[in-house]
Amino acid sequence: MKKLRRSMLFIPGSNAAMLSTAFVYRPDSIMFDLEDAVALREKDAARLLVYHALQLPAYKGIETVVRINPLDTPYGLKDVEAAVRGGAEIIRLPKTDCAADIHRLETEVERIERECGRELGSTRLMAAIESASGVVNAVSIATASPRMDSIALAGFDYVVDMQTQRGDGSELFYARCAVLHAARAAKIDAFDVVFSDVNDDEGFLKEVAVAKKLGFNGKSLINPRQIELLHKAYAPSEEDVRRAERIVEAAEKAESEGLGVVSLNGKMVDPPVVMNAQRILALAGITSVHA
Amino acid sequence: MEIKKEALCGTLESNDLLVKVAPHQGLEVAISSQVMHQFGARIREVVEETLKQMGVSQGQVVIEDKGALDCAIRARVQTAVLRGCESEELDWRAL
Repeated sequence: MKKLRRSMLFIPGSNAAMLSTAFVYRPDSIMFDLEDAVALREKDAARLLVYHALQLPAYKGIETVVRINPLDTPYGLKDVEAAVRGGAEIIRLPKTDCAADIHRLETEVERIERECGRELGSTRLMAAIESASGVVNAVSIATASPRMDSIALAGFDYVVDMQTQRGDGSELFYARCAVLHAARAAKIDAFDVVFSDVNDDEGFLKEVAVAKKLGFNGKSLINPRQIELLHKAYAPSEEDVRRAERIVEAAEKAESEGLGVVSLNGKMVDPPVVMNAQRILALAGITSVHA
Repeated sequence: MEIKKEALCGTLESNDLLVKVAPHQGLEVAISSQVMHQFGARIREVVEETLKQMGVSQGQVVIEDKGALDCAIRARVQTAVLRGCESEELDWRAL
């Protein structure tokens, strides 16, 4: 069953205490941030903290992501070294404007995997889209490499580039749809923007509802207290779960009997309906329909 | 590696440590910790192992620990040494 990716929690890479304890919050993914959350004079320290934190046994079972600095800065390539050698599952590239940005990162990742003996292709890539160019090029970015795993929309830089500001969400509507379509066309995941006012639960849940309705897998988060709110909002209703269980049971029965067509209560069930039912059960945390 | 100047890394926040390095004849490691009684020997082991991996045989290293995990101790010591050696190049194979 596909792993859930509702919550991706940012952890500042320079904060030793948070790096040492963030696993207790149990988000679906943890993103160790080497970029904006780290002061220039602490980039070297953060890189080594993240390298070692990645190897903490306590992070087993939580997807690990490292947000590196852009490759055209003095820090980007060093961050890639630390992330790949440390064992990060995913590298998040900020400010991805075109497919060439991914190609350059891919080349460096492959070189480092060879050098350190890590399985070739095991480091996956996530593109953060933060500009009008990135949104326009979203399809070519999403399909730039077999390592591409997901796309994340980053709202703050994007609205500045668009000469607007965060508001009711209409300012992000086109970007959300474009990025999401690119991700779905490429069969990869998509993460919605950060909601920065951690004291505004109502506003957060309103934005979560929009992201969920559009089809985003989840959101980037900056505060652990948003995790439970997000997971509850993404949880399907009891009625949806029961219906999904019946559909998956019928599909498994049909498969065991060698039938090509799934039927439930005398009606044919199409494969996309079965897939959607499996997704609903995954969101409900149900791994098997058998008692 | 040769420690050429005084350098600092880390903080005195909980779960962290502050590492100071300075040029010195011979190797001198001083450690103070809130959890010295329980984990002092382990902290010293991690610090000395980290210095050995980096080829540091001379220098003064002062650690003020606030309950940091091994991963934070290694990272802070490595960063302080690199800063003290005025080096930005890390031999990843030695880690």
